[in-house]
Amino acid sequence: MTQTSGTTPPETPTVEPSVAGLATMGTPPGGETAPRRGRVWRRLRRNPLGVVGALILAISIATALLAPLLAPYSPAAVHFDAPFQPPGTVGFGLGTDDLGRDLLSRILFGLRASLEVGVLAVVVALAVGVPLGLAAGYFRALDAVISRFTDLMLAFPFLILAVGLAAIRGASLGNAALAIGISQIPGMIRVVRSETLRLKELDFVAASVVDGAGDLSVLARHILPNALSAVIVQATVAIPVAILGEAVLSFLGLGIQPPDPSLGTMLAEAQQYAARAPWTAIVPGLAIVVVTLGFNLFGDALRDALDPRGSRR
Amino acid sequence: MRSYLLSRLWQSAVTLVLATIVVFLGVRALPGDPALAFAGEERDPASLAAIRAKYGFDDSLLLQYWRFVSKSLTGDLGRSTRTNIPVTDMLASALPVTIELSALALGVAIVIGVGAGVVAAVRRGRPAEWAANALALLGLSIPNFWLGLMAILYLSVATGLFPASGFVSFFEDPISNLHHLVLPAVVLGTGLAAVVMRQTRSSMLEALGADYIRTARAKGLGPQTVIGVHALRNSLVVVVTILGLQLGGLISGAVVTERIFGLPGFGKMTLDAVFQRDYPVIQGVVLVTATAYIVINFLVDLTYSLIDPRIRLAGVPS
Repeated sequence: MTQTSGTTPPETPTVEPSVAGLATMGTPPGGETAPRRGRVWRRLRRNPLGVVGALILAISIATALLAPLLAPYSPAAVHFDAPFQPPGTVGFGLGTDDLGRDLLSRILFGLRASLEVGVLAVVVALAVGVPLGLAAGYFRALDAVISRFTDLMLAFPFLILAVGLAAIRGASLGNAALAIGISQIPGMIRVVRSETLRLKELDFVAASVVDGAGDLSVLARHILPNALSAVIVQATVAIPVAILGEAVLSFLGLGIQPPDPSLGTMLAEAQQYAARAPWTAIVPGLAIVVVTLGFNLFGDALRDALDPRGSRR
Repeated sequence: MRSYLLSRLWQSAVTLVLATIVVFLGVRALPGDPALAFAGEERDPASLAAIRAKYGFDDSLLLQYWRFVSKSLTGDLGRSTRTNIPVTDMLASALPVTIELSALALGVAIVIGVGAGVVAAVRRGRPAEWAANALALLGLSIPNFWLGLMAILYLSVATGLFPASGFVSFFEDPISNLHHLVLPAVVLGTGLAAVVMRQTRSSMLEALGADYIRTARAKGLGPQTVIGVHALRNSLVVVVTILGLQLGGLISGAVVTERIFGLPGFGKMTLDAVFQRDYPVIQGVVLVTATAYIVINFLVDLTYSLIDPRIRLAGVPS
């Protein structure tokens, strides 16, 4: 979302469901209506960059899932007779590192770990952020408390959080994901809260309250389904941030620990040999760039497709 | 205005107190005896007991918390268990490096980001917009530490244009100081430039469609004046906003950048402390970061309310 653009209050990128709500007066619109979904899909397909992003995503997710089948070697397999082979070497398509480990195999498994952290982190952000965002937007009394909680989380930048977690619990994939996920909770709360604030003023919500629906039922049946598209956009934007976060933490030694393959640890190891074998630093880095670019392209396209104004701002 | 200030001040104070509680409890959440963590190498029962007495680990939590806060307020953050140097002294020598790096990176981000953002908004639908957008996307997708590695590989090691690592104080040799910081600042500033660019672009587009711009044009002001004046004002708002929103990212990025370029700043201090399990230093680092974040964001909101009167009139943004 275009946060605080300075000249207008922050806006949320979703379609007003009020028309559908008014037409049916009190009966829930049941989230996304079918014609709207079709329109979003059409817009998404018409955006070439979005299609490219979606393709990159599909390929990276597929290769990550199928890594054990696709990788020519085990990521840990050492070939002492073939250290520092450049890309293009027969048998080692992307070259090898100082221990003769196949870079392609390591990247496939590293990608798997990156996506794992990305998804875990976003699950943490969703699990905490969505309920808190709904509560903050819907119940006025809770808004101030949740806002302080958000401020508090923001005061600990993700790397500092990761440092603290590593000190208390040790460095691992799980703790890296937790640190990244916690740092993404405030953004999720903010998006869900502003959607909830907007939706709860709409007629169909008021109508269902008049109908005697309880708070929880209004939240679950009307607000959450209609806030979903904003949540999906936020999650799509959060995953590449988490992937970069994992790479940074593993690079620093605060995330995935060697010898487990991770794009971050590969770069950390490559640092010593980069002058002699530059590909050991270039190839994993490019893998990160391509995957995050894919997510960012797709996320942008998704946001545009869901934006009722039809143009990007 | 005054009520806005007061409520914002109150919020910041509450957050700060909560942050100190988190840091305090975090240290108590360390596995095992906290005395062990603070003991460093000396682990015989006598010195552990001495540490327990010295830090008051046997007192009630409330009393311990109170002591932690009052000590921190007087600038006593304890001593490194490795070097026995006061944490405050370590911060005093590390922070200036990081602050200079961050300020330079912010400068890089503003120059590139505002420039590209204005171009993208004014040349809408032309190749220039496309190029600016592509740059922003790349800036968001390239991990800055990888950019740093590549910069060292191709601009330092291969050509020798810039030093690959090290730091010289500005007061010793300003030229050498800047020479050492060019690459780190550019590396740290790129990701931020992408964010600044996107914000500038969207706020410029909004402004260009606004009534007051139409009025300005109708008055016969040239496009350069219209864009120049309003672009400037808008970029000011954008930069202040970004500073508030991205401060956490800037701090995290600085830690990584310092590590790559071997700068003796806050990031190096932090990472060394983690790997050496130097808990008093970690505690100090986390406390200082949280405090800095809260104070700077309070100042950002103040500035913001001065620039944009709608904010203080509309009440407290949460």
